Amino acid sequence: MFVEAVGIAASGLPDWLSAATVLRGDTAYAACALAPYQPQMLSPNERRRVMPAVRQAFRVAEEAVAQTTHRAADLATVFASSEADLEILHRISSALSEPSRVVSPTDFHNSVHNAAAGYWTIAVGARRASVTLCAYDCGFSAALMEASTLLLDEEAVLAVVYDVPPPIPMLEKRPIAVAASVALVLARRRGPTALAQLELESPRPGARETVMEGRCLEELRQGNPALRALPLLSAIARRQRSTIYLESAGDTTTGIHVSPLS
Amino acid sequence: MTPLGISRFTITSALGNGLDPHADALRRERSGLVERLFETSHIPCWIGEVEGLDAPLSPALSEWECRNNRLADLGLRQDGFLDAALAAKDRYGATRIGVFMGTSTSGVQQTELAYRVRDRASNSLPDWFDLRRTQNTFSVADFVRLRLGLSGVTSAISTACSSSAKVFASAHRAIRSGLCDAAIVGGVDSLCLTTLYGFNALQLVSPDICRPADAERRGLSLGEAAGFALLESDHGGSEFLLEGYGESSDAHHMSAPDPEGRGALAAMQQALERGNTTPRGVDYLNLHGTGTPANDSAEDKAVTALFGTTTPCSSTKGWTGHTLGAAGILEAVVGLLCLRDGFLPRSLNTRVKDPALLGNILMESVAQPVRRVLSNSFGFGGNNCSLLLGRRA
Repeated sequence: MFVEAVGIAASGLPDWLSAATVLRGDTAYAACALAPYQPQMLSPNERRRVMPAVRQAFRVAEEAVAQTTHRAADLATVFASSEADLEILHRISSALSEPSRVVSPTDFHNSVHNAAAGYWTIAVGARRASVTLCAYDCGFSAALMEASTLLLDEEAVLAVVYDVPPPIPMLEKRPIAVAASVALVLARRRGPTALAQLELESPRPGARETVMEGRCLEELRQGNPALRALPLLSAIARRQRSTIYLESAGDTTTGIHVSPLS
Repeated sequence: MTPLGISRFTITSALGNGLDPHADALRRERSGLVERLFETSHIPCWIGEVEGLDAPLSPALSEWECRNNRLADLGLRQDGFLDAALAAKDRYGATRIGVFMGTSTSGVQQTELAYRVRDRASNSLPDWFDLRRTQNTFSVADFVRLRLGLSGVTSAISTACSSSAKVFASAHRAIRSGLCDAAIVGGVDSLCLTTLYGFNALQLVSPDICRPADAERRGLSLGEAAGFALLESDHGGSEFLLEGYGESSDAHHMSAPDPEGRGALAAMQQALERGNTTPRGVDYLNLHGTGTPANDSAEDKAVTALFGTTTPCSSTKGWTGHTLGAAGILEAVVGLLCLRDGFLPRSLNTRVKDPALLGNILMESVAQPVRRVLSNSFGFGGNNCSLLLGRRA
């Protein structure tokens, strides 16, 4: 499959162009909190109301799709998040622990794991297949595998991985320190914007997962499940033919052969 | 598409543990729904509760202790499924069997319990609360993988109430692409206050028993279920087949279906196309049929647009309640029982069919040979999936 575009939003890596210079080693990494983002594809009403986790997903999805020749509505989608929106679950669980038990209907429908996908398909009018999955820390490799197989049925797929820090008291149980998201537009055939070709192996035990060179980027990689994508994005940015190993469930890794295209 | 063999399947719901009590309850028209308060709930309604979920997991699995994983464990132990899965592991190898599990709320009841006893002074959750192995959406998929000793591609699909229908599509693709040679698919969702109070806040919980397609239907009854199927390449040995699937998005509203049912129609059309069949090739439709006014009306529009008004159809949620992320596998297994037993279940609890619904909703059960069944599952976020299941001709 072909990578047609990348979107990224994380501390110090606010978009693909600036992230690529850091990942190539042309610019030193410097942590810098993300500026607030208003999703462009949502109606003004929903733009104000939508939750931080959905914002984080939209941010990279919009960035990636804008770099391609596809209409957003034509793309099948894969969304992956470990926790989706724990802020909402915190509010619901808190409400349920009070005698009155008043659960907000909006909170409840936003609490589904596929809320971001729901808002996306509504915002862009996408009626094709949409898969939302969870694989704890291994969501990026699971999303890549799902997207690669979805390309048997579809011409192009938008894959989005995202997570945001949980509220206290859940943060202690799930210490995701920083908000981050990554999006890839993947296609079956090589298109005009193709950056790299990927070939996936099936998961197997044995190989160690690929880590980042440099302490800051490695801490970032470990700080948010979405940033398990960083080694693959580095290989794409460096235009290096290489094999990246991503951790998958059950103490296995998934090998990804990356061939740069120019 | 190339069909996949469904070489083993099982289901556990309020109707009982395993296939036999389900087939029996469908024949005898015995609903599993009971008017009862779940746990500490104050919401008067009917629920489809599985008995015996208080028994703890084996000590080796104690970190995974929550209602949802207990239900998964109980479900895996029915109908010889565990042994069939372990035999498949011996045949294919542990890394060559994928695990695709659907769930909407995973072990969230554990979070509810933890919040009830949280230390309000320090705002901290109790030590025993293990977010990763209970509440997290992946928990049930990882639990099933671990319980079966597998280490292949593993994923929890969570698209609300279409989750465990979509696992069939993901597994078909994964096998086709060579990521795995066989797959354990299924779904597990358990009763909790989050969904009871949440659906109640949306005014979708019926105070009455769930009456799909009834003129006076007032909403859904919640249930819980665990179901599993073993999918393998078909070498002519499987009596039951996954012949098609269809997936679509409504692109309409987060918690209400497109009133015209366009997404539902697209999912059903795709499933027929992949199955290389026509509406006339389908003997029975198991409807999503939640019993809410909006769902049943939108689904009926989609069904009659594609099938006309003669293909027999019914929702079986009057038996089991709406089991959310487990509804896809539960109703796929009901469809497989229809194929196996030559039986079409009626729309249970439906007293007077809503005259606005034009589909051929079965008011009486029918005994007849069944070759193909289509099963619908639709979820919040406008996520739709239809499965075409067949019996070898």
